[in-house]
This record gives sequence, C-alpha cells and structure tokens, in this order.
Amino acid sequence: MLGFELRELSLNFFILSFYSHIFSPPIDAIIDMNTGASNIEHAFSPYTDNGGTTLAIAGEDFCVVAGDTRQSEGYLINARYSPKVYALGNNTVLATGGMHADGVALVKRLSQNLEWYFHKHDKNMSATALAQMLSTVLYSKRFFPYYVWNTLGGLDSEGKGCVFSYDPVGNFEKQIWSCSGSAGHLIQPFLDNQVGHKHQSNVKHHLLSLETVLKIVKDAFAGATERDIYTGDFVEIFIIKKDGVTVEKFPLKRD
Amino acid sequence: MATTATAAPKGGFNFDYYARNEMLAEKGVKLPKATKTGTTIVGCLYKDGLVLGADTRATAGPIVADKNCEKIHYLAPNMYCCGAGTAADTEFTTNLIASKLELHTLATGREARVATAMTMLKQMLFRYQGHIGAALVLGGFDVTGPHLYTIYPHGSTDKLPFVTMGSGSLAAMSVFESKWRADLTRDEAVDLVKDAIEAGIFNDLGSGSNVDVCVITKGNVEYLRNYKKPNERAPKLQSYKFARGTTSTLTSDFRKFVDVIEGDAMDIS
Repeated sequence: MLGFELRELSLNFFILSFYSHIFSPPIDAIIDMNTGASNIEHAFSPYTDNGGTTLAIAGEDFCVVAGDTRQSEGYLINARYSPKVYALGNNTVLATGGMHADGVALVKRLSQNLEWYFHKHDKNMSATALAQMLSTVLYSKRFFPYYVWNTLGGLDSEGKGCVFSYDPVGNFEKQIWSCSGSAGHLIQPFLDNQVGHKHQSNVKHHLLSLETVLKIVKDAFAGATERDIYTGDFVEIFIIKKDGVTVEKFPLKRD
Repeated sequence: MATTATAAPKGGFNFDYYARNEMLAEKGVKLPKATKTGTTIVGCLYKDGLVLGADTRATAGPIVADKNCEKIHYLAPNMYCCGAGTAADTEFTTNLIASKLELHTLATGREARVATAMTMLKQMLFRYQGHIGAALVLGGFDVTGPHLYTIYPHGSTDKLPFVTMGSGSLAAMSVFESKWRADLTRDEAVDLVKDAIEAGIFNDLGSGSNVDVCVITKGNVEYLRNYKKPNERAPKLQSYKFARGTTSTLTSDFRKFVDVIEGDAMDIS
C-alpha cells in the first residue's frame, strides 16, 4: 500500500512537469508577476475515476472474483450495469477498478496476448504466467499508466485458488483475499476478520467453503453499498473451478 | 481585527485565522471538512397550500455519514424550511431564524409572514458573502396565503410555484417540469413531491435513503417523517456474532477498579 502511495506521488510529478501542456489540472490560473494579470488555462485531463468496488477470495479448489456494476462520474450514474469483471478465457477472471475506458483497453490487450500465446504454444496461459504478464504490461506504461486497480483470480498449477492484486503501474502480490476500489477500505478489514480470521483468538485458520465465501461476498457488497455512494446496483460474482467459470448476478440497492 | 483580552468580541464570524489557514494549506496541512448534505430538496404549491420534500442522506465526501437525517427544519408554526449544503450551516441558520421569528411574533402579536422569514434569511446569508453554505427551500402559509421561496448561499431568492435545490435538483426538476399543474390536489401534490425526491434518491449519488414530506395548509401542518422508505436494507445472509472468548483479554477482573454508583440497566432493546 505504502509502496503505491509513493508511486502515485511520482505519477503526479510527471503529469505536472513533463506533460504540463496536456495534463495539468482542469483550470490553472497563471499570474503574471509583473502585471498581475492572470490567464486562465483550460487543459484536458486524460484520466477519470468511474468508482466501484472489486474483491477476490481464494478457496481450496476454487476462486471467487466479484465487482459491483455501477459506473459513475462525480454525482452522476453513467450506467447501472457496466461490468468491470472479465472472464479472460483461460480459466482466470480479472477485476478492473478505477477508469472504465482504461480497464476495457487493458482487457482488450491482455485478451490479444492470451490468443497469441495460445497459437504459439498450443495451450492456454496459466494463471501464474498471466499474473506476471499483467505486471509487465502495466509497467510498460509506467509514465502514462492505465488508471486501473486490478485483481486477478484463478487456479494455480496445483489447482488451488489464487488471487493477485496490482497497483496501476504493475506492483503485485499473491494473496488469499483482496479488495480494492471506492469501498475497498470499508471491505478489507471485514475480509481480514472473516476470511483471514484476524483478531480472533481460539480460531484455527482454515480456508472457507464456497457457500460461506458467497455469503460473505454478498454481505460485504450490501454493506459497502450502505456507506459508499459509488458502490451499488448489482454485484457480479465469478466462480472459478477447474472445469470452468460460472457467473452469478446479485442485486444491490440503487440509491 | 484581532480580539485581545482588552477588546471584547463583536460577534459574528472571525476571519483572523483565514490567512493562517491559507498558509498552512499551502504547506500541506489538511483542514477538516464540514459534513455536506449532497441533497435533493423540493417544494411545490397546490390548490390549498404547499408541499415540501427532502431525502435523508448526509454525506462526507464519498461516504454516507447519516442514512436517515432530517432536512426539513422548523421555522415557525406555519413555516418550514428544507436545507441543502453544509449540514451545520443549514441547522444553525434555520435555528437562529426560528428564534428571531418567535421573538418577532411576540413583539408584533401577529403570526410571522413567510416574506419576513425569507428577508431575514437572505439578509443574513448576504452579510456572510456565501461563507455560510446554506441553500434553502422555504415554504409557509401566512395571512396572505401560501408562499414558496428558494434562497441561495449568497442571499439571492426566487419565488416560484415549484422549486428544487441541492445536487439532486436537476433530477427532481425534471419530474416537476413534466408533471406539475397549478390545480393539483393535496394527494397529487404529495405524490409528485415523492416522485421528485425519488428521482434525486435514485439518480443522484449525493442523495439517498428515505423521503420526508411536509404539507402546509391554512392553519395546519402535516410533517410526514419517512413518508416513503424505498431503500430498506435486506437482511444479512449469515450471522456475524462471535463466540464468547473470541476477543483475547488480559484480565476481566476490572470491577475492583470502579465503583458502580447507579444501577439502572442500559436499555438494549
């Protein structure tokens, strides 16, 4: 987390210095020190935050990846059903949060890479290989990043559930549970407690059953919807097992 | 003007710290943010009076601070006022004017007029040059009939047959513009106000939860708190109750450190 904060700072630095003629904040007053006259500079920002929350939890022989489907900008709802979680075709699922357009562009690029890989090697890319590739792809745009917070779910070489979470420039980590997005800070401690059994004594750590995970995911999103204005409408839940991916759509409050 | 031990404060806002806070902000100090009620508030006239409406969500940035707050404030027995903007400002401004109206009624021996309240509010807000972030919808029924005003934070006012304010004002106004008529009945007007507030609740992220309504007619007020609750939370899918002993403790022998003086059991119903 801290690692990313630092990266974000440097990202702002680049926007303001190298690309200031394109990427400076929307309106900038530049005051002439001699005359006191000020020019208002209008500039285009290539980034926007479309809100929403994503989460993934790994089980013994499954992985669950979920995201709400509200797409928003400021106080406006652009769409109530605009999925940001994608089944990538090689039995992995990618949840993208942040800027919707960048998520779409990133998934398009990953899908193409996956197809090339399939034709070259006559087999699907493994989840772990994709995890590394995603990091490389993200870092390849280090100085004009995809404004996307990714969470990747799949099964590892032993068939066990695995989760990888990323920052926008490719820093990533293998985890058992993870969540990010506008209500990420509301859900993460809940998951730490319920999935990781943190702050619970007399409880032996164990991986949860699929049934329990699904209940926790739905309750987590229903709870986040109560307190985060950018989360709501529906949560789309992807379940990855060795024989394929299934999807479940669960309604959330629409206010 | 600095207030020292020898000079008594003159009342009103004190801007002494403005320059200091600007300087601190420049050095990266984050100043505390006031709770804003990203809001939908509306009012509309009908045949026999007027109806006020409000949603009940209060926000602090992207977080919902209060899911069921009250935005229709009391001003006088014949007058109520919906508030949008900075929660504290709407609360204190309406409280202050309510007190002044009470004194005004006592001094004149007459029921206060809506125009009087509107003038008091706009003069106060104008004096503070928009620093009091209160955007209001004022409605009441006085000796001259029903009146409906909007009052902006800088002190400008409008007098119209149907009005909306807050971040959900455009959603709500679209409902009024398509369905409002001058000869609405009471029930039709309440229903229209409910629809307008619901348009804000569902289409504006700053508004949410329930619909409050207030119907004001000659000599009567009906305050319908939580008139509609279109956003009840569904029950959780499992219990999150922890088994006894889940939280580790160093000791539970704390009673020797305290004296229990009153023994009334806490109401936990």
